[in-house]
Amino acid sequence: MEMERSVSYESDLNFKATELRLGLPGSDETEKQSTPCVRGHKRASSEISEESKGSSKVTDTAPPPAKAHIVGWPPVRSYRKNCFQKNEGEGVGKFVKVSMDGAPYLRKIDLGVYRSYSELLKALENMFKLTIGAYSEREGYHGSEYAPTYEDKDGDWMLVGDVPWEMFISSCKKLRIMKGSEARGLGCSA
Amino acid sequence: MRNDRAERMSEDDDHRSQPSDLDFTTNKARNCSPVASGSGSGVTEEFQPTYLDEVLDNVLENVLDFLTSRRDRNAASLVCKSWYRKEAHTRSELFIGNCYAVSPDRVTARFTKVRSLVLKGKPRFADFGLMPPGWGAHFNPWVMPLARAYRPLLEKVHLKRMSVTDDDLEMLAESFPGFKELVLVCCDGFGTSGLSVFVRKCRQLRVLDLVESEVSDDEVDWISCFPEGESCLESLIFDCVECPINFEALERLVSNSPSLKKLGLNRHVSIGQLYRLLLIRGPQLAHLGTGSFSLSELAPHGDQEQEPDYASVFSACKSLVFLSGFREIIPDYLPAIYPVCANLTSLNFSYANIDAEQLRPVIRNCHNVQVFWALDSICDEGLQAVAATCRELRELRVFPIDAREDGEGSVSEVGLQAISEGCPKLQSILFFCQEMTNAAVIAMSRNCPDLVVFRLCIMGRHRPDHVTGEPMDEGFGAIVMNCKKLTRLATSGLLTDKAFHYIGRYGKLVRTLSFAFAGNTDSGLKYVLEGCPQLQKLEIRDSPFGDAALHSGLHQYYNMRFLWMSSCRLTHEGCRQVAQALPRLVVEAIGSPNKENMEMDDPVDTLYMYRSLQGQRNDVPEFVTIL
Repeated sequence: MEMERSVSYESDLNFKATELRLGLPGSDETEKQSTPCVRGHKRASSEISEESKGSSKVTDTAPPPAKAHIVGWPPVRSYRKNCFQKNEGEGVGKFVKVSMDGAPYLRKIDLGVYRSYSELLKALENMFKLTIGAYSEREGYHGSEYAPTYEDKDGDWMLVGDVPWEMFISSCKKLRIMKGSEARGLGCSA
Repeated sequence: MRNDRAERMSEDDDHRSQPSDLDFTTNKARNCSPVASGSGSGVTEEFQPTYLDEVLDNVLENVLDFLTSRRDRNAASLVCKSWYRKEAHTRSELFIGNCYAVSPDRVTARFTKVRSLVLKGKPRFADFGLMPPGWGAHFNPWVMPLARAYRPLLEKVHLKRMSVTDDDLEMLAESFPGFKELVLVCCDGFGTSGLSVFVRKCRQLRVLDLVESEVSDDEVDWISCFPEGESCLESLIFDCVECPINFEALERLVSNSPSLKKLGLNRHVSIGQLYRLLLIRGPQLAHLGTGSFSLSELAPHGDQEQEPDYASVFSACKSLVFLSGFREIIPDYLPAIYPVCANLTSLNFSYANIDAEQLRPVIRNCHNVQVFWALDSICDEGLQAVAATCRELRELRVFPIDAREDGEGSVSEVGLQAISEGCPKLQSILFFCQEMTNAAVIAMSRNCPDLVVFRLCIMGRHRPDHVTGEPMDEGFGAIVMNCKKLTRLATSGLLTDKAFHYIGRYGKLVRTLSFAFAGNTDSGLKYVLEGCPQLQKLEIRDSPFGDAALHSGLHQYYNMRFLWMSSCRLTHEGCRQVAQALPRLVVEAIGSPNKENMEMDDPVDTLYMYRSLQGQRNDVPEFVTIL
């Protein structure tokens, strides 16, 4: 059963990072760390198991294709996983660039100053004088033409709000506030 | 790491027996009153008790009071209706392994004098994000029935993988003013505001243990809410609470708790603060979670005056046998714990990023350690150091610091082999690694015949023996063959149907099995379902088992607590047939995209099925279909 990511990205958004390819494990440098998906919508594990189910003999089992996002593997509780991510990324002074579609200049904010998504979003709204709208798991942001996204450690562009706050803090490298039709297309629905 | 109480709740502890919640055979129970006075037939419930009956009743009641094991009690309840009733009225410790197996009303109707309740909710795979949030396992529907039926008796509640709200906590505290013990393991749904209300109202509280639970930060100072004055607190464990606490209030509380034996601090408690607490209560503590074991976030480094002598305060901890914490450890402070090593039976370094060099001087003194948890940062050398000293080791857990499929591997078959040679009394192992060999696993099966729990997680999916290139069948086969006491097994690596064949053939005592990315055909699952009569819990993900395999277990499912199969090859129709064949089974299809128009061939992404007396639950979310 294929579950497609319904997020559509344009080619200037590091498309390569979200592309699925066949190849030996480890050959793809931009592959993503398995993210325990708390919301349960991103489930690409079945794609991988389709591959492995195809081989019936031991000796010609092909090596698994380059990693898509395997939920819940390895089976380590997210609390434990987050503990070590947290230690890397934590601390005051985590500055990231923020770009907004249509704005001429980049800004910089210190993520360490905020303690929750609502604080961060309010700050962004103030900074760029806009409204971002309400977040929902299924549909992303609606109620405005803007949607906040971020680039994480692995080079993937994600919708702000999809992962737990701690995980976001430690993996966010830069922010981009998308505008218009791109923004409306974003969401995490199955 | 769980304390004793929570350990009793571990999955491995389940006893195979007719479950307390299922009384299929009571219809057949005879009324065995010795003198059937009045009506001639023996099956009436109303009869005039004679003096003799009452004496025998009292005797029975007194005798039953001595029965503590629930397995024994379940057996006693099957003798006859009279015994069933008496047993139900004398059972004070209630264990419910699946909150959906029986309704609260049914429970309270049968058992009238419950003092202690253990209730478990979600299946274990929910811990790894395989269950969408909001699935269920709410404590809320239980609170009112418990309050009505067991006031004022109920004094202990242990919950595992349940969703508990702040309101539930408040209700619990209000309904049972003499409440003594609350243990929440892997729970969520509540926050510091719920905790604050709870601790304020439960003035007789002895135990508050929060273990690996998610506690939301409502920015409420819950520690201050403990009542002033002398407290009867014996255990306070809050390692997992992620928010800062009011240290002065904690210090006061510890000071006012002369019975305190167990203290588990969270990572917001610095080593300096730990020092102060140990000055007060160190000598009495048997169990300590050290907190961060690091300097305070706010204290400027290098600006310390004389740092306190941490080793001296640990020297005074003569009762300490269980040590954990080290959440943000500065390894330079490790020597502080040398004085307690020789007495330790349990040491948990699973949050401590230390290497073999840093471990060695500590572990060298830990001759009595029976339970050791660590990160793979200690490497094979660290494991060798453990093997050299810890002859009494019963349980080992090695967690990955880099939990990715193709991360850096720091432990391997070398470490496993060393442990097997140095620790022959090993009973339980959980081992994460990047690579493994059959030879090392076989060696462990021979060197450690007492193994009850064997959980090996080779993090790369389908990874074979990295020396021979063979599947890991022979290794796991040897484990089930040689470890005659084995009750729990979790597999990984490249496995063919052969491994399952071994398990079905030799795993006669196995109760819990976990498979992931394993097997070739339906035969694999069939071997296991047909060959393992004691099977209670079966969790499978991403393995090529389909409807035929599922159907081969029909004889078994009423004997099991649950079956979980996700990303396998099940279809809607195949699962529906199971539901039809076994009416007392609740068959849940989770995450299925389209509830409305289920076609026969539609795949079922996640199947979770469990026996139940109450039938379909009434809190089914929209992403779950009950077949």
